[in-house]
Amino acid sequence: MDDTALILCLAGSVLATVLPKVIPVTFLRGDSLPLLLRHWLAFVPVAVMAALVGPDVFFYEGQFNATTSNLFLMVAIPSLLVAWRFKNYFVTIAFGIGLVILARWSGLY
Amino acid sequence: MINNTPSPFAEGLRRALPIILGYVPVGFAFGVLAVKNNIPPGLAVAMAFTMFSGSGQFVFASLWGAGAGVFSIIAAVFIVNLRYLLMSAAWSSWMVRLPRGMRFLLGLGLTDENFAVHITALQQGWQLKLTTLFTCNCTTHLGWIIGCTIGAFCGGLVNDVRPLGLDYAITAMFLALVVPQCVSRLHIVVAVFTTSLSIALKAAGMSQWNVAVATVLGASLGVLLLYGQNSWKTPPAEENHG
Repeated sequence: MDDTALILCLAGSVLATVLPKVIPVTFLRGDSLPLLLRHWLAFVPVAVMAALVGPDVFFYEGQFNATTSNLFLMVAIPSLLVAWRFKNYFVTIAFGIGLVILARWSGLY
Repeated sequence: MINNTPSPFAEGLRRALPIILGYVPVGFAFGVLAVKNNIPPGLAVAMAFTMFSGSGQFVFASLWGAGAGVFSIIAAVFIVNLRYLLMSAAWSSWMVRLPRGMRFLLGLGLTDENFAVHITALQQGWQLKLTTLFTCNCTTHLGWIIGCTIGAFCGGLVNDVRPLGLDYAITAMFLALVVPQCVSRLHIVVAVFTTSLSIALKAAGMSQWNVAVATVLGASLGVLLLYGQNSWKTPPAEENHG
């Protein structure tokens, strides 16, 4: 019984994941959309990335934390500068992870 | 003449590399969580293969472990994945010239990170090449499956990813991905507004809705400001799409 429920749940979740991914890009004619909508869609990348990153940085160990005790926030600030200066994904990611390792290894966090 | 442009295949791998750096440890963490929440390891791997969605899989595993009902789990997965609708629509403006079947296959490889690296490259004038897109999507998917598999079957190998800083990997990646999107003052305003709104919504308890709702409102603010700036008389310059 439990197994059937799990399989059913998985099947439904696969649909709930795959359909939103494929339906718009498969069926929308991006060039024949109204100009207003195209301008709106052009803001989606910056908006969705910003919407994802904020909670990741400000919710530390499960709760909102905007103080210096939030390691991710403290690392994110210099990481933003590195990202802006070097414009390189790998450098930004390596810098951030490196700082986190350093902060924990040194016992600061 | 020295050819400095990497081959489309090499460019796909180059794009995938920083993403894999985040996907393997996060996939590992998912595998561990799934088994802890009574999902058989084989099924955890099947989820990595069929869903390829970090947030969706984590919601699934934690709700299943908490004993939630089938329909409420599916609904929660759908809500956290609403952002894919927006991202897939944004992709469509760049991919109109591709055959429908190809667009479908590319859609299967849509994740937050694949979406961002490809669309940023296109915005910066990269000439779309299917080999690059598919190489990157397939490599990152493989990395995700490997991470989930190791976590599900050998979760005991690593007690704690924290000393390695890997719990920060996805955050580091989102930061690296949002900055190149901030190409104008208007985009920075949109980013600051959207990120604040997303945090506020999550703090208010909308932890599954926050990303989609904030994105819709953030993009709307962007359009409002854009049209306000140009005061309707001179329509904004046509985006050079596709």
